[in-house]
Amino acid sequence: MGKKEFLQGNQAMAESAIRAGCKLYFGYPITPSSEVPEYYAKAMIERPEEGITFIQAETEVSAFNMVAGAVATGHRAMTATSGPGFSLGQEAVSYMSAGDLPGVIVEVMRPGPGDGEILASQGDYFQAVKGGGHGDYQTLVLAPYSVQEMCELMQESFELAEKYRNPVILLSDATLAKMRESVELPGYVPQKDPASKPNALRGCGKNEPHKVVTCGDGPVQWEEFNARLQEKYKRIAENEVRYKTYNLDDAEIILVAFGSMARVCESAMKMAREKGLKVGMIRPISLWPFPDKAFEGIIGKKFLVCELNAGQMVQDVKLAVENKRDVFFYGKLGGTTPSPKNVLAEIVKLGGESK
Amino acid sequence: MRKYVYKRPEVFTDAITTYCGGCGHGIVNKLMAELIDEIGLQENGILVWPIGCSCLSDRYYNMDAYMALHGRAPAAATGIKRADPSKCVIVYQGDGDLVSEGMAEIMHAGIRGEKFSVIFINNAIYGMTGAQMAPTTLLGQTATTAPAPLGRIVDNSGYPVKMAEILAELPGVVYSERVTVNSPARIVQCKKALKKAIELQLAGKGMSFVEVLSPCPTGWKMAPTKALDWIDDEMTKVYPLGVIKDASKEAE
Repeated sequence: MGKKEFLQGNQAMAESAIRAGCKLYFGYPITPSSEVPEYYAKAMIERPEEGITFIQAETEVSAFNMVAGAVATGHRAMTATSGPGFSLGQEAVSYMSAGDLPGVIVEVMRPGPGDGEILASQGDYFQAVKGGGHGDYQTLVLAPYSVQEMCELMQESFELAEKYRNPVILLSDATLAKMRESVELPGYVPQKDPASKPNALRGCGKNEPHKVVTCGDGPVQWEEFNARLQEKYKRIAENEVRYKTYNLDDAEIILVAFGSMARVCESAMKMAREKGLKVGMIRPISLWPFPDKAFEGIIGKKFLVCELNAGQMVQDVKLAVENKRDVFFYGKLGGTTPSPKNVLAEIVKLGGESK
Repeated sequence: MRKYVYKRPEVFTDAITTYCGGCGHGIVNKLMAELIDEIGLQENGILVWPIGCSCLSDRYYNMDAYMALHGRAPAAATGIKRADPSKCVIVYQGDGDLVSEGMAEIMHAGIRGEKFSVIFINNAIYGMTGAQMAPTTLLGQTATTAPAPLGRIVDNSGYPVKMAEILAELPGVVYSERVTVNSPARIVQCKKALKKAIELQLAGKGMSFVEVLSPCPTGWKMAPTKALDWIDDEMTKVYPLGVIKDASKEAE
């Protein structure tokens, strides 16, 4: 066991990214993600031996495009943002998807729409999971539920991004970003030579040039281009599903939640069990690819999907279950998080009797 | 003994350009190719292309290339150059790309003094999308979105934007020159300016910027020879030629 440290989500994540070899950070400050750029800015000055570059971009539009340019050279790079900034970055997410560029984006959700609030939310599920930009593309979306898991998924994001040459979104929220927990930081990840990575822009000399081009060349070429992307998404969907299940063996009611809401549901599940209620939980960790297989073969149970939004992931749950009439929803808007007792009350309403 | 008087730049591929007859892009593209050969940039150079008439230009060069989103070339180039400052990064943008969609990106790249070279093609029109008004369109000049008889009117669209002067105001920009390619002598001058812009980058100075007044006979609905005259008669009155800033000595 390594040393335990008491760290804030945003800061622990930033440190994990640096240790994952991400020495380039481009971003625009926005609550509740600003500790990430602050951490990088400080690290650039205080740890010169690590060769960290931090650029405060003029807009998120630029920040995301800077990440795209940087990763095109084979170096690891990231940005972190929130709500309105994430919206601005979407054209570059679409671009990185088309250009096979392994950019890593942290989105710390806050309640929208519009300027919204700076509290916790999961209202950007659709935007992250279904693609907020233009075109037929998919990004890997990972949703941690603790500071420890944030550190681990932060590092995994870079590995997955490079493995598939595809952008990865780490979907956090204001609660996870701002809370402090005891964590064991992951170690430094050994790095490959950036110029050795596929298609890294480096100067070609007399060899075949490396190009990042997302412009079509007629409908035949463009269909092939898109088919290749879809082929990649199929491979990701087959291989990168991540989720955790809790007490499913005898559960009559199964909670489904991700991120900070899954913490509340975990507590509610424990309270319910203490009362003798047969409650279990499925916690999707990869939101895309969505863990459909976690729901396979579960028949005749009730699913209570709990989210900090008006009902977004619930649609994916309905697609994943055998009978969508078994799916119920409990959500909260505006930025407050329900307590475990609130969730327990919903469980009781659903008829979670002890048997 | 055979003596070459002229030969095609080696960095060029066999691709045929998609430019219209009389367009200035092809001239500037060729000057770039000559400089890539002469300076030897193939080994360590990365070209960043825009959206617009030149968005297929990566096909013309055996060079590593990044075709950026509309207006975002300076942001992408920032990422590239910051990731690997040893590369020679040349950014090429048109007026819709640089002045309209990407005004924030070019300004802030200049503000930060990004150490790359920017070639800006100003033809006072949107070529690729079909002769719509650009921020650089002259007052009274007609475009499909600034139709006759009035052409561009101030109340509606304000004034033409003088990027070479605006960027020269930024301390991060070490060199700003406006050139054109409407005569052999001026093509030679254009090449000198491009060479200087690249050399300043190789010397590790701040941003270097070359604005090229470039003919667009198709967009202007003029014969190519008339388009060359129009640059002299109309464009240079709004966009004077010459070195607007050369802080390369001070920056040493």
